[in-house]
Amino acid sequence: MFLGKPMTPDTPAFKIKNANLPLFVLHALTADMAQFKLQLDAHLAQAPDFFAAAPVALGLAAIAEADAIPDFTDLSAFMRQRGLAIAGVIGGSARQRQAAADCGLGLFPDARGARRHTASAPEPVPVAESPPAQEAVAAPAAAAPSRRPTLVVDKPVRTGQTVHAEGGDLVVLAIVNAGAELIADGDIHVYAPLRGRALAGARGDTSARIFAQCMEAELVSIAGYFQVFEDGIPASMRSKPVQVLLDGERVTLHPLAPMR
Amino acid sequence: MAKVIVVTSGKGGVGKTTTSASFASGLALRGNKTVVIDFDVGLRNLDLIMGCERRVVFDIINVINGDAALSRALIKDKHCDNLYVLPASQTRDKDALSLEGVGRIIDELKETFDYIVCDSPAGIEHGAFSAMYFADEALVVTNPEVSSVRDSDRILGILAAKSKRAVDGQDPVKEHLLVTRYNPGRVAAGEMLSVEDIQEILRIPLLGVIPESESVLQASNSGTPAIHLDKSDVAEAYKDVVARFMGDGVPMRFITAEKMGLFKRLFGGR
Repeated sequence: MFLGKPMTPDTPAFKIKNANLPLFVLHALTADMAQFKLQLDAHLAQAPDFFAAAPVALGLAAIAEADAIPDFTDLSAFMRQRGLAIAGVIGGSARQRQAAADCGLGLFPDARGARRHTASAPEPVPVAESPPAQEAVAAPAAAAPSRRPTLVVDKPVRTGQTVHAEGGDLVVLAIVNAGAELIADGDIHVYAPLRGRALAGARGDTSARIFAQCMEAELVSIAGYFQVFEDGIPASMRSKPVQVLLDGERVTLHPLAPMR
Repeated sequence: MAKVIVVTSGKGGVGKTTTSASFASGLALRGNKTVVIDFDVGLRNLDLIMGCERRVVFDIINVINGDAALSRALIKDKHCDNLYVLPASQTRDKDALSLEGVGRIIDELKETFDYIVCDSPAGIEHGAFSAMYFADEALVVTNPEVSSVRDSDRILGILAAKSKRAVDGQDPVKEHLLVTRYNPGRVAAGEMLSVEDIQEILRIPLLGVIPESESVLQASNSGTPAIHLDKSDVAEAYKDVVARFMGDGVPMRFITAEKMGLFKRLFGGR
């Protein structure tokens, strides 16, 4: 029953705002839902508050090629019992996404494609090796790009300045001085000395990387994990081409040399 | 077309006012109608360096507030015919510098003068901002030490992002690096950053190097801009700076250590 003051028809009853909310993605690594539920139960028994009633997105990229249709209605009910609400699905084949939509689940656009997620899957399920091109053919809906164009900066980024590439990659062609800050939701490339801070994957993309032609950074961060260099960059990589990536929960630096 | 030049640094005590006084005097000595404005409201110093402190009646805040006409606040320099000083107020604070008021003054000065030199206060707050906002060119004064270089880097960032030229989308403010208090001997000993080190960080063209010298202090205390000190290396260096600014190809001097002769080594190199 509505007890408030009656609204006039021209008072806005709602407003739409863009929000970037934190969201867990639960990646299904097998299409065998019995096994999936068994392992999830075991995991939740260890850490019952892990998800704490937060909505999760179900990642289907790893089972897209198998193209098996999970019983989404059953899965939603199973998860709801355990305090988890599936808000929608990410990735997956066209058929899988259609089935999810039919069961009332939302469809998240799959910005980064399946390649990045499957690449870090602990168990190499067969589909993990599938090249992204095949994936795109199998799931045209999943290939719809929602990422922003790369932000290219060609002037020095000086101390006190911040450059933020929202929703995409950042490429800097001029010097980044100490005290300057680069932030990108995707990767960061610096084709000049990088002496300030660089924070890639700022919205939690753990597969984001930083590439620097001349590594002299004060701080690097991937998806919130950061590394400072109190004693300077290791001599083997100081002022050299370096890439920075996340290895588990550790930010690691690697000399940037041709792979072969 | 009149040019507005800001002398700025971020850090205090690096030689902005000394440079403003000598640079403006140098422009005037070469026949340019020049005015130098002190933006350090509350901590006015330029009048002392120029030796006109006893002739200050009205100041820039009086002009902004309409208490005095601009022509009444301008003080004619005692060393050069073509040079005028617009002093800062000593009793007010920097918030009294409205951008709109400063803009009006600069527009009025542009009708009479070839060069308008703005002596910025230290810091990055309102006073420094109003000094740089209308600039066409900037002399970034830097000492050969890391904190000064970093502060100059910050100022360059603000010039590139917040000056009127940047805000209006015009050509960017033309930046010049001026390294002051440079001691080639201490650079060679690794105690000071070299000009190359500074340029490697700031990456703007070098306009000149002013050597460290005790005569600067004497000049300041006697109210004579350093450029008037006959036969001193500081005066020569500032004259070079002005010449380069006006487009003369003058080679860089005072950047390598002077070899000390036996006599100087025995009796002290002063």
